[in-house]
Amino acid sequence: MKQDEMILAIETSCDETAVALVKNGTEIMANVVASQIESHKRFGGVVPEVASRHHVEQITVVMEEALQMAGVTMDDVTAVAVTEGPGLVGALLIGVNAAKALAFAHGLPLVPVHHIAGHIYANRLITEMKFPLLALVVSGGHTELVLMKEHGSFEVIGETRDDAAGEAYDKVARTLNLPYPGGPHIDRLAQDGAPVLNLPRAWLEADSYDFSFSGLKSAVINTVHNAAQRGETIKPEDLAASFQESVIDVLVEKTARAAREYDVKQVLLAGGVAANKGLRAALEAKFSGLPQELAIPPLYLCTDNAAMIAAAGSIAYQKGKRADWALNGVPGLDLEAQ
Amino acid sequence: MKALAIDTSNLVMGIAVVDGEKVIGEYTTNLKKNHSIRVMPAIHDLMKEMNMKPAELDRIITAKGPGSYTGVRIGVTIAKTMAWTLNKDLSGVSSLEVLAQNGKFFSGYVCPLFDARRTQLYTGLYGFEEDRFQAVKEDRLVLRSNWLDELKRLEKRILFLGNDLDLHKKSILEELGDQAVFGSAADHNPRPSELARIGIEKEPESVHHFVPSYLQLAEAEVNWLAGQKK
Repeated sequence: MKQDEMILAIETSCDETAVALVKNGTEIMANVVASQIESHKRFGGVVPEVASRHHVEQITVVMEEALQMAGVTMDDVTAVAVTEGPGLVGALLIGVNAAKALAFAHGLPLVPVHHIAGHIYANRLITEMKFPLLALVVSGGHTELVLMKEHGSFEVIGETRDDAAGEAYDKVARTLNLPYPGGPHIDRLAQDGAPVLNLPRAWLEADSYDFSFSGLKSAVINTVHNAAQRGETIKPEDLAASFQESVIDVLVEKTARAAREYDVKQVLLAGGVAANKGLRAALEAKFSGLPQELAIPPLYLCTDNAAMIAAAGSIAYQKGKRADWALNGVPGLDLEAQ
Repeated sequence: MKALAIDTSNLVMGIAVVDGEKVIGEYTTNLKKNHSIRVMPAIHDLMKEMNMKPAELDRIITAKGPGSYTGVRIGVTIAKTMAWTLNKDLSGVSSLEVLAQNGKFFSGYVCPLFDARRTQLYTGLYGFEEDRFQAVKEDRLVLRSNWLDELKRLEKRILFLGNDLDLHKKSILEELGDQAVFGSAADHNPRPSELARIGIEKEPESVHHFVPSYLQLAEAEVNWLAGQKK
């Protein structure tokens, strides 16, 4: 009889090949991430075919490293969890097929996990979740407010209507000729600048929790071009600070409003942009005076990793969620249908 | 030696289980359907039919391409993962070499091919040399016209194999005339049992280092390299 639940999880939805082992849902035994970022930098963004090629090169190496680091063997593993989607289809397929082969080889249950559910559950590796809760998910591909009334239940109450916040960061970074990925560079520059430029904030309809960042992105590009035509230069630090403030104002305000309206106990930050210092500081400042508990995971759990997939996979496993051998990668997987 | 062979490198999906010289199970489809969904159930079902557990296998064999990038990665990922986690041997075989086996008793040369778009072919040339059927011209990605020029100079009959021949038959006949011979329907599906037979004879690969034979760089890499030279 296995005493402990041990989930081996695989995440390959974008440009990180990641494998983790998590004991009893919350204890990280190993969390190995092989980043491809150095390879994609030369292209100025993630190239799907190149990402898929790297995943197939790395997958068994990363699985082995994770097992060694955890000091366990496949005999100790209870179930194999894997990111089913959303993500780049060719990239997802490597993780999904590796997970299927692994589960089949050892006769283990296979548990499909939604990538965003993973980002949210990264928080459970640090603190227990208290329902109802609100998660602000911000990453290169997602900007969503997700309401959870219990484990495994996800209601998207707001989402971006155009660009994800992370996408807007990358595009503005390109305008400033910053290297890929641009988000961290903007965040760093913004720390040394002042938000002196008047940039728009897309509040949308009064009762809406949706987001829109394409207008802001265009406003930044226009501001830079207009200044250039007048022969003026804008301090990149100030531009970064102004842009960042505009993004963060909307994210923080809508999050606080939703937290109040849905009367949640806890607010969670999740996703790659959760590494953004400006956003973390603004949320901390806002919620320090509010009744809701604010949880922000450490940086290594914000970016794509497999420990978060194991954390979400543990709950899914306990709820009896299983995939069969026909599991596929689903690039547009729906969170609410989970 | 018990071995499982997996080919998802092109439209034809093939699984075989062999025990030494004996082919004990083989499953092939030629459908435009998703390999990622279908191949693992096919492996499961075939092994169940054999009443064989994964741990009983001595070797996992996969077709390593060329072919569909996504397709070949599915088979390679499954094979690598199974070989690694069960601590079994892994071997990879050219997808063209597998297809060529369907003409191994032909007296001339055998030319297996897969369409590679824009009048290019993934192809190679196989024949009997030094008492065994083997590659006489290595696998390559090539413009059809260049390849046919090269074949014409051989002045020997050539058997063409592959399900994509419909796209190229006319050009082949124009260039090679009587020199060209074409297989019939069953000859165009690579057989997974042949993959298994060749794979058993190969030296095992290093599992961690094994990668598909794409025969070309990703398009973005080609463009990037071109940009570097400017």
